[in-house]
Amino acid sequence: MEHGSITNNSHATFTLTEEDHTLANAVRFVLNQDPRVTVGAYTIPHPSHEKVNIRVQTTGDPASEVFKDACQELMQINRHVRSVFDKAVTAYKAEEERKAKEAEEELKRQRELFGSMDIESN
Amino acid sequence: MVTKEEKRFAKNFNINDLPDVPAGLPPHLKHQQARVVSKNNASANAEGDNVQLGNFYEDFKVDVISLTERDMQFDMIGIDSAFANAFRRILIAEVPTMAIEKVLIANNTSVIIDEVLAHRMGLIPIAADPRLFEYLSENDQPNEKNTIVFKLHVKCPRNRPRHKVLTSDLKWLPNGSELLREYGNSTSKPKTYTSFSCSQDSLPEFADNPIAPSDLDILIAKLAPGQEIELEAHAVKGIGKTHAKWSPVATAWYRMHPEVVLRGEVEDELAERLVKVCPQNVFDIEDMGKGKKRATVAQPRKCTLCMECKRDNDLLELVDLGSVKNHFIFNIESTGSLPPEVLFTEAVKILEAKCETVLEDF
Repeated sequence: MEHGSITNNSHATFTLTEEDHTLANAVRFVLNQDPRVTVGAYTIPHPSHEKVNIRVQTTGDPASEVFKDACQELMQINRHVRSVFDKAVTAYKAEEERKAKEAEEELKRQRELFGSMDIESN
Repeated sequence: MVTKEEKRFAKNFNINDLPDVPAGLPPHLKHQQARVVSKNNASANAEGDNVQLGNFYEDFKVDVISLTERDMQFDMIGIDSAFANAFRRILIAEVPTMAIEKVLIANNTSVIIDEVLAHRMGLIPIAADPRLFEYLSENDQPNEKNTIVFKLHVKCPRNRPRHKVLTSDLKWLPNGSELLREYGNSTSKPKTYTSFSCSQDSLPEFADNPIAPSDLDILIAKLAPGQEIELEAHAVKGIGKTHAKWSPVATAWYRMHPEVVLRGEVEDELAERLVKVCPQNVFDIEDMGKGKKRATVAQPRKCTLCMECKRDNDLLELVDLGSVKNHFIFNIESTGSLPPEVLFTEAVKILEAKCETVLEDF
């Protein structure tokens, strides 16, 4: 829900229900990265209401546009985080597998070495 | 008259290239922007966003430190705490799992009262992929898509020692509830507390891996000779916000990477004192030859910012403790429903879905 004024659409407060610090703080951060934003802040009016108000004031662009762009940007960031994370995990798993195989081969090699040695004669 | 040389110079001229035009912040301020400095007197640190989004897509990095079936530690570098905290909050409170919500007690003669027993059952982590299930809404019939049914029937025989009831005694009922509703008319099929249209073990997801609690050695109750527990437990999908039993993690937490800097040479006796005073073994001694020793920062990662090194007046000015603001050491401890790396990707997906719902409303 958007609360703004008819005459000036560059100032508005957006009320999100069933949201909390999790989303609001992330959106606030992305908003403040946008050079068009003069004020980007959020508040939770009462802790027992599942509601958060996000305040957006811009240098002239419609606040709703800027807010939408911030949400879009946030999604983009999430996608990037996910792809980087997935890549890191696959790389780690491949590395672990390689290490395990190497250790196994080393063990086998040592066993063969010991097997060929005549221990009793020592 | 403008010469060729001057023309070329004018064409390539950029005011930002001049040596006396500052490029960004001077180094000492840049350092201040990216660090939290810990002082003896805990002064309020200036809050501010430290990550510039422009660099984010190039600079963001993830390093997996350790990864097992249940635990994971990784470094998240180049991201703001707003995101790290959002992921942590979502992991704890909003990634769904399956947990026992209804316990139908047929018989309980143990010393544990029904309510407490039911509560204990609720907290048992269940190894079932929640993505394969749907939420059970208020006017839904429990069916094979939204409910997992377990049976527990244990009796301690007479003339035997006390019997332990463990989670391994929970038996999965893929065909749904076996308890009959008292009122169901006798002509039709007997009515139970669930209405499964097919057996869950006939579904391809569960055919090869039967559903069970993620740990089989959790103590539920102790029975004295002659005591008996007979019950049925219905697990449904939910999130940690509703009740902590649905939280998929034991904990998920992060901390900023510590930074330890020696501001001057710490030598000989002082170096030994520094190494000895640190409970985390952050410092090490380097041999300089000729019997000279020098302290080095060997493992800054281990530092807990306990400030033990700052209690020594001689060391106070020499050791600088701080944290790197955009380098997070992130830990996830899964309870076993999903592996930790999957939990994290699920958490990121949930934040993404939140944005999508907001965008849909406008």
